[in-house]
Amino acid sequence: MAGSDAHPAPAPMGGRLITPWTVFLGLLALIAVFFIGKRLIFGIGAVSNINDGYPWGIWMVFDLVIGAALSCGGLAMALMVYIFNKGQYHSLVRPALLASAFGYTLAATSLFFDLGRYWNFWHVFWPRYAQANSVIFELAVCMTAYILVMWIEFTPTVMDKLGMQGLRRKFEKWLYVFIGLGVLLPVMHQSSLGSMLVIFGPQINPLWQTPLLPLLFLISCLAMGYSMVIFEASVTSVGFRRPLERKILGSIGLVLKWFLIAWLIARFADLVWRGALDPAFVPGARSLMFWIENILVAIPLFLLWTPAWRGSPQKLFLAAVAMALQGIIYRINCYYTAYDTGDGWNYFPSLPEVMVSLGFIAMEILAFVIVVRLLPVLPAPEPSPNSAPAS
Amino acid sequence: MGMDRRNFLKAASGGTLAASCVPSVQARETRTMPEGAVGLLYDGTLCIGCRACMAACKAENDLPPEFNEIEGSAYWDAPLDLSGRTINIIKAYVGGDSDRKDTLDGYAFTKLSCFHCVDASCVSCCPVAAMTKDPVTGIVSHSKEACIGCRYCVAACPFGVPRFTYDETFPHIAKCQLCRHRMAQGKFAACAEVCPTGATIYGPVKELKKEIARRRALAPGTETEFPRGHIGSGDTHIAPIANYVDHVWGEKEIGGTQVLHLSAVPFDRLDKKPLPDVAPANVSESLQGRIYHGMIAPLAFLGALVFAAKRSAKALGEQGEAGGTDAGDDRKGE
Ligand code: SF4
Ligand code: SF4
Ligand code: SF4
Repeated sequence: MAGSDAHPAPAPMGGRLITPWTVFLGLLALIAVFFIGKRLIFGIGAVSNINDGYPWGIWMVFDLVIGAALSCGGLAMALMVYIFNKGQYHSLVRPALLASAFGYTLAATSLFFDLGRYWNFWHVFWPRYAQANSVIFELAVCMTAYILVMWIEFTPTVMDKLGMQGLRRKFEKWLYVFIGLGVLLPVMHQSSLGSMLVIFGPQINPLWQTPLLPLLFLISCLAMGYSMVIFEASVTSVGFRRPLERKILGSIGLVLKWFLIAWLIARFADLVWRGALDPAFVPGARSLMFWIENILVAIPLFLLWTPAWRGSPQKLFLAAVAMALQGIIYRINCYYTAYDTGDGWNYFPSLPEVMVSLGFIAMEILAFVIVVRLLPVLPAPEPSPNSAPAS
Repeated sequence: MGMDRRNFLKAASGGTLAASCVPSVQARETRTMPEGAVGLLYDGTLCIGCRACMAACKAENDLPPEFNEIEGSAYWDAPLDLSGRTINIIKAYVGGDSDRKDTLDGYAFTKLSCFHCVDASCVSCCPVAAMTKDPVTGIVSHSKEACIGCRYCVAACPFGVPRFTYDETFPHIAKCQLCRHRMAQGKFAACAEVCPTGATIYGPVKELKKEIARRRALAPGTETEFPRGHIGSGDTHIAPIANYVDHVWGEKEIGGTQVLHLSAVPFDRLDKKPLPDVAPANVSESLQGRIYHGMIAPLAFLGALVFAAKRSAKALGEQGEAGGTDAGDDRKGE
């Protein structure tokens, strides 16, 4: 039994597809579809509160900037298993990859509907128009490529299901290239999500505006990625009543701890180096949000400090949630709190705007549930006295 | 063996990132004003707030009026700010209780329209080259046909110039293009053409700068001739020189612009907050350029990744065949 937590073969979950939960998620998705229809007919202004002072609302900042970062589990696990050769985490790769693939696909879809002139979206990929100095150009090309790569990486799962072993073996000869791309592309665009703000120059408060933005966004997205792996594994284990892979998650907690330390060093070294810490001590919304952001790093760092604590599913789960929240708050701070667009502007998302974002999340969860029930994604449960009960 | 590769990768990735993220290494070259750059000079001390330029701008650019209700009724085109329907606006700023023009406790006028930046943020950030800077005239134009409506330019422009029509089914960006469509007909900026006092004049930026130097060299109160329409139009009127502040707005801001402002009250009173001399477009492009220069670093990184992936996958495969019992799994056997 001992080796079982290294490599349980993935198997379809089976089970019913229509439950009160999936129906609820389906309803949320339908509401989103309704408001998107309204947006297409009457314009963005009819559903969203964005304005010339805040031209980027939650469809951009939550669905894309934050959504993509929360979908970094695939990157985080691929990095660990395939690049740093930690085979014992292999069982977490498929579910993480799947969650990422859905997360990114929906972030891209949401962004499409956020484009005012969406019918021109292909211009980004067209040499006559494409403008390579633009960070959005880099993001669009890189994220589209990554979405394709993730679905390609996922095809062995489908081949397993269909029993196409021959094809699968041929395909695996090329898989390394896609695995390499599957790490390079998110590293590129996750850092670009930070670079995007550099051109805002003095409109971003010096507490957040720095040439180090790409590096900070990269470290942060990896920390969020490992947090999401812990979070998703915990939730899946409770939701599908499966044993929690406690040992493995504990070691991911250790990796997470080092990312948190790296984050703190980069963040504060940069602030001290630029002499930009002063605004942190001016009472107000900005400094408050800055300290909340940092307290949310301190909490998981504390919770993950000792091996014993990392072994506790509750502490691990809390740390993961705090860290994911930290990444969210950091991005909200960068894109909203720090953004000074001039007097007289304000933005708060409208209900339809929120419903669209929620609807997209609902679609994502729904798709994930359906796929893991039908395809071999999650490791087959092995009832064993050693397995930790789901908590 | 694993360690070696790991260290190599760490060094490779760390090195790439460090090289690309360290601030203030070499930047891309600083953009300079095109020789034949044209622009506007707006002297707020000559402006009488008649808003003739706004009316002319709308007429010449086919923009609809914006009614704002005053005590329950809408009387005339009365925009309060730039918008998708207003690309040029004259605003009054009131300081204290005095009614004297161009004093701190009085009032003053200012104009807001595109500054046609030398190193424009909107041009740099647009993913589809819908914002372009003419290499000869330096005019920053917008192409609706190319635009995808991402509004990056709206967010990035340090002057808050480009605006978007959020309430339209097929929305678009609106901004001043220095009446380039009129130039094809041998005409010039409509706002300058109609200005009755020469507060807004059009001309080559070099000539505009000479005119600015002439005005600033004269003692306040001196009567002098002010051109109307464009530099060298021959149409002039005589007025006293104002007590200018020692600052030409647009001369250095964001790397310099082709629309220059003179004022007798500090610009921060006119909703023109201090801006750095460095163009954010330059900072951003230098950073991206360092990371992606010739795609060398990304490709090298990809090579290292594929190499590592191949090794790991092999190890995984062997592990699988051996029944999952080997491969240095130091974490089992509870
Ligand atoms: S003022 Fe704004 S819109 Fe005009 S050229 Fe400069 S950056 Fe572009
Ligand atoms: S809104 Fe249009 S012009 Fe502005 S950056 Fe996006 S594509 Fe370019
Ligand atoms: S130059 Fe033309 S488009 Fe620009 S503000 Fe003047 S009238 Fe309007």
